[in-house]
Amino acid sequence: MDKEHPKHLAQHLIKLPLPGFVSILHRISGLLLFLALPLLLLMLQYSLRSIETYTQLMAVLAHPLAKLLLLGLLWAFLHHFCAGLRYLAIDLDYGVKLAQARASSKAVLAVSLLLTVLLGAKLW
Amino acid sequence: MVNRVVTGAHYGLRDWLIQRITAALMALYSVALAGYLLLQPHLDYDVWTGLFSGQPMRTFTLLFLLSVFYHAWIGIRGVVMDYVKPASARLTIYVLVILVSLLYAIWAVQILWGM
Repeated sequence: MDKEHPKHLAQHLIKLPLPGFVSILHRISGLLLFLALPLLLLMLQYSLRSIETYTQLMAVLAHPLAKLLLLGLLWAFLHHFCAGLRYLAIDLDYGVKLAQARASSKAVLAVSLLLTVLLGAKLW
Repeated sequence: MVNRVVTGAHYGLRDWLIQRITAALMALYSVALAGYLLLQPHLDYDVWTGLFSGQPMRTFTLLFLLSVFYHAWIGIRGVVMDYVKPASARLTIYVLVILVSLLYAIWAVQILWGM
């Protein structure tokens, strides 16, 4: 296992294919959502506990930086959601061919960005 | 090559399956919740807390959150196995993720039934 394998990778010519890009973003968005869990649970707690904490939360969320953070998390959720649906479809043997896989990667990137813009605009 | 059966021995397929079942559950819950909220003409504190006042909604929300924690644990374990090589670092991350997930689960119950 330790022996050196010959490498003939022209790394300057190799670029990550679109499905690979979607896969990496799936991991990054998943990790971001996990790291944001305490914040999201805290928000749920404040939103439900009482009208005072609800009002407090709304005041905090009105801050532009808070909105930006939420927008980022919204994108992370939507990308993870769309890419996840794509993986479920691939697991069921739909869209496995190269051309389809490329097209669906493009669709995942586009739809999650579009939904982020639409829902973001609706929320603010 | 290898004839792997989901219900067979431990090939990791059990977690693979759980990750997909929890994914489907979370997707259904998210779409239902988002749809309900987007259809509300006036979303305020009363509508929001009213939604969570019934036992079914609290139960499904807890089921959703437990799915999130289990799904995340499987996902993070996979990512850690790919990028973190030292066994001690891996174990530390695993223990931390399991511990915070258990704490989150207790917290979620407190949030939903303590409101």
